[in-house]
Amino acid sequence: MTIPAQVERVPPRPRRLVAVRRVFAPIGDARGMTRWMLWVGAGITLAFILVALLAPVLAPYEFDQFRTPEEGRFVQLEAPSRDHLMGTNVQSTDVLSRIIWGTQTELKVVLISLFLSISFGVPLGLLSGYFGGKLDRVLVLVMDALFVFPFLLLAIVIAFLLADKVGQGIFTAAIAITVVYVPLYFRVVRNHTISIREEPFVEAARALGAKPFTIIRKYVFFNVVQNVPPLATLNAADAILTLAALGFLGYGIQPTEGAEWGYDIQRAVSDAASGIWWTGLFPGLAIVLLVTGLTLLGESLNETINPVLRKRRYEKVSLAPPGVAEAEME
Amino acid sequence: MSAEPVVSVRDLRVYYGTPRGAVRAVDGVSLDIGAGEVLGLVGESGCGKSTLGRGILGLLPEGAVSDGQVLYDGRNLVGMSVKALRRLRGPDLGLIFQEPMTRLNPLMRIEDHFRETLDQHEPGLTDKEVRKRSLETLGRMGIPPTRYRQYPHEFSGGMRQRIMIALALVLRPKLLIADEPTTALDVIVEAQILSILADLRDNFGTALLLITHNLGIVAEACDRVAVMYAGKIAEEGDARDVFAEPAHPYTRELLRSTISLDTTELHSIPGAPPDLIDPPPACRFHPRCPDAMVVCATKDPVELALDDGRRVLCWLHGPEQAIPAGGTTPLEREEIAVADEA
Amino acid sequence: MQTKPEVRTNGEVLVSIRGLKTYYAIRGSFAQRLLGREAGHVKAVDDVTLELRKGEVLGLVGESGSGKTTLGRTLLGLVPATSGSVEFEGREITRMSERELRVLRREMQIVFQDPHASLNPAMTIEQSVGHPLEIHKIGTGAERRRRVAETLETVGLAPPEQFMSKYPSDLSGGQKQRAVIARAIILNPTLLVADEPVSMLDMSVRAKILELMLGLKRELDLTYLYITHDLATAKFFCDRIAILYLGRVVEIGPAEAIYDDPKHPYTKALLRAIPEPDPRRTVPRDLPRGEVPDAARPPLGCSFHPRCPSAFEVCGWESRDLRDLLETRWAHQEEAQYEAERALIDDLTVLDAPSAEARLKAGQGHSAADVVALLERAHEDDPSEPFWTGVRSMRADGGHVDVEWHEPVAPRPLPRAEVTVECHLYDDEALAEAERRRADATTRSG
Repeated sequence: MTIPAQVERVPPRPRRLVAVRRVFAPIGDARGMTRWMLWVGAGITLAFILVALLAPVLAPYEFDQFRTPEEGRFVQLEAPSRDHLMGTNVQSTDVLSRIIWGTQTELKVVLISLFLSISFGVPLGLLSGYFGGKLDRVLVLVMDALFVFPFLLLAIVIAFLLADKVGQGIFTAAIAITVVYVPLYFRVVRNHTISIREEPFVEAARALGAKPFTIIRKYVFFNVVQNVPPLATLNAADAILTLAALGFLGYGIQPTEGAEWGYDIQRAVSDAASGIWWTGLFPGLAIVLLVTGLTLLGESLNETINPVLRKRRYEKVSLAPPGVAEAEME
Repeated sequence: MSAEPVVSVRDLRVYYGTPRGAVRAVDGVSLDIGAGEVLGLVGESGCGKSTLGRGILGLLPEGAVSDGQVLYDGRNLVGMSVKALRRLRGPDLGLIFQEPMTRLNPLMRIEDHFRETLDQHEPGLTDKEVRKRSLETLGRMGIPPTRYRQYPHEFSGGMRQRIMIALALVLRPKLLIADEPTTALDVIVEAQILSILADLRDNFGTALLLITHNLGIVAEACDRVAVMYAGKIAEEGDARDVFAEPAHPYTRELLRSTISLDTTELHSIPGAPPDLIDPPPACRFHPRCPDAMVVCATKDPVELALDDGRRVLCWLHGPEQAIPAGGTTPLEREEIAVADEA
Repeated sequence: MQTKPEVRTNGEVLVSIRGLKTYYAIRGSFAQRLLGREAGHVKAVDDVTLELRKGEVLGLVGESGSGKTTLGRTLLGLVPATSGSVEFEGREITRMSERELRVLRREMQIVFQDPHASLNPAMTIEQSVGHPLEIHKIGTGAERRRRVAETLETVGLAPPEQFMSKYPSDLSGGQKQRAVIARAIILNPTLLVADEPVSMLDMSVRAKILELMLGLKRELDLTYLYITHDLATAKFFCDRIAILYLGRVVEIGPAEAIYDDPKHPYTKALLRAIPEPDPRRTVPRDLPRGEVPDAARPPLGCSFHPRCPSAFEVCGWESRDLRDLLETRWAHQEEAQYEAERALIDDLTVLDAPSAEARLKAGQGHSAADVVALLERAHEDDPSEPFWTGVRSMRADGGHVDVEWHEPVAPRPLPRAEVTVECHLYDDEALAEAERRRADATTRSG
């Protein structure tokens, strides 16, 4: 009897995808509570994204539409009815439509600010962590100072300042939120970079003669980037809240530019006293639902990808009685 | 040799489940550890020796299952309640680990460590008695009383390991399990610690299970040795006999691969230690064994007792009646590619 | 299988190290930093001079704190030297800029200790092993792939296609180490520094990697600097061996000379301490006591003297040795007796400052004479203890006892037979000096 030698031809795969797939592979291993959180969170988030993308199709009316040719002017503050599933608000616009268009606004602003935050925070964190020295000290000082400010106050201040120069709008709101969150990415990436920098394989790269930027790009970046998705999702959840708060206080986007949940809630404050519940409840629910979805997604990603938090789960095994070769997996 | 063993392990199995399958870390191990003797458990990485050490004490991660018997003082430790086990750990069964710094609380003085240990297991002692016992045990380890109130970080690696050993011994356990106690230490310090461990019987009357991958340590410090491979005990017996004339091919090859001051030629064992999830069928060593026979790949070997009191798990020693016809012809093996190699 | 190869060197010097010192500054406490005061240095490499000849294997053997790792890294320019010179093929490394060093890295490479941490987990084997080619801009994409495949075959990772797309976590320890070696040799370097290349591998795998390295040495005409704490593998692998202790070379010479006739007491101790798989041997009992001391505050004179069984007058006795002596004595005493003796001395911490003289204050209710009596008792209990050779005088003076030790003589490297050893036992001048001091002491007390 001979023992077969192992022959394995591994087909070549596109490099990028494989690297990305490996980084996120642990997600498939999630079990129990984490898995539940992951699916629910992802489901909710995806639903909202779809709503935002399909807004033109889904929304019965425009976000600022207060009349139709058939109906004429909408009734002000009409309770939920067949024509207006979530009722109308004080400006005679349809609540449901504003929720749907609002999803688009929220996601637009959050995505822009995420993109900007990551584009600034991650590279700065890498450079600061790898090179250290004066650059590091200055950046840490600046970032810590920003970090110390309560997020909301800082956002308000920035929005306020920018409103003068640039005018209120999506970009202003996005920038205000960006500034608030850049220190977060910076700090996480910088700390991780500092610990990776001491690893033998980075020293090996230096010994090979690699230039610092090559080392950062190929050796540090991929090992640090794992932190970003959970952070980004949790960041997005927070950003939604901040944006809504800005809108509530009147520093968000212009009402003429688009619908915004926080602004709607602000409008709905006076309605509550009169027993009009639909103008405030639905935007509020939308905020809560989206933020919850993102948070669930973010926390579960954190638990699966972050190697520190990842629990070593041992599956249940049942032992066959001695003498039988196999053990069965439960 | 005829005295009652302190611990009797019978057919112990420890398995735990991973996403890829069930890991059979310990797969039917039987051992006796006599009072006051030093038993060396030697094997390469991934053979299950650490799991065996912890399995004896019931210190397994959640999700691991164990089966079989670990008889101590007439009771079976396998399946005992956590509370009962905790009462035994310490005063009866001690354990020391590889990295002493991670096991000592950096915020507690050495004095506090000892007080806590003694308070927990021997609450009847007065403060004076606690101090006396602790200083005496520490003194035997060469730690002076002037340093009793220092913190762990003020000690060097070797001294911390001595403190760990003293902490384990202050309760006068009947059995001490040492899991790679000297692997992280320098050569000279390692020899110092080993002489402490080898003298346990004379100084404290404690039996010692010394788990290591270093054959030299086992030869110098142990009375008996058990060689472990892929979750099973390949050979077990008196240290002098096993080293002088190894009965199992793995022991022989391992000895030949060990580089010592007398080495003039390099030897290695082709292939790699097997995956414990899907080990080779029948004898687990057969793919790498230079003396493998046909029966080794088809039938599980039977444990045999040799004349000199040794036990071995290998078809080369029989029993002949159990080998089918043609079973003794040498096994044809393909050249093991480096792909399978370690 | 592989037997030990003969030395093949044409005697040409590849690396020349002279008076090399690599010190690390210690970050002091906040107050110290504020006041701009220095907190001291760790003398990782403390005045090392040696040569590495082309084609030979030089072993750097030492325990933790010996400086062997730092020496290897300084040689490659990975760690800046504090002073001294390192010449590689005639070029001075210590003053090169990072850019110049990068060019030089084509010719000297390093294999690290931990195979599990030396490869970037985010790069495939092909990318990792091929990265040096990319860095130094050698060849095109296809040519690089081919060269990587060739190198993988050379180190035994065959068939190469099977390994090229794998990630480090898919490989075993031995396979990873082979990949690390492949990466190190792909540029055809002249010098290879191997820092504990097999200490983290299993016994049955070590031989394979060592075999590989020996084979490569022949095929590629490499010169090795082999850093290890394991004298057994060093004996097999190396032509010459340097034994390091706390940043200094205490003995250096051909491997056979070191093993057959070790001169320095530390070398002898190391050889005795190696565990041998021979059950007729038992654990050695006559080993030096204590451990490698703190490199930030090394012992005076010869760093090994507190542990040396053969130390004598000039070796550098000091106050900390007295504290060690007393503590060892008390560790073996009954608590009551310890308490009684401890009470005789007021404050032991005066002995922590390294100095050739100390002033011990008598404890409350005790006189200086009591302290002297204690010390004399200690001497009587163990007359062969080397410490006492270093004591010059013990005088009771009021409520204090002044203890003086002989001035330390700095050890210097001297050629003896085939080796160079740094030890007073082989230094005629030091021995003469000790004789003189002994004579002085007798005349004084006589």
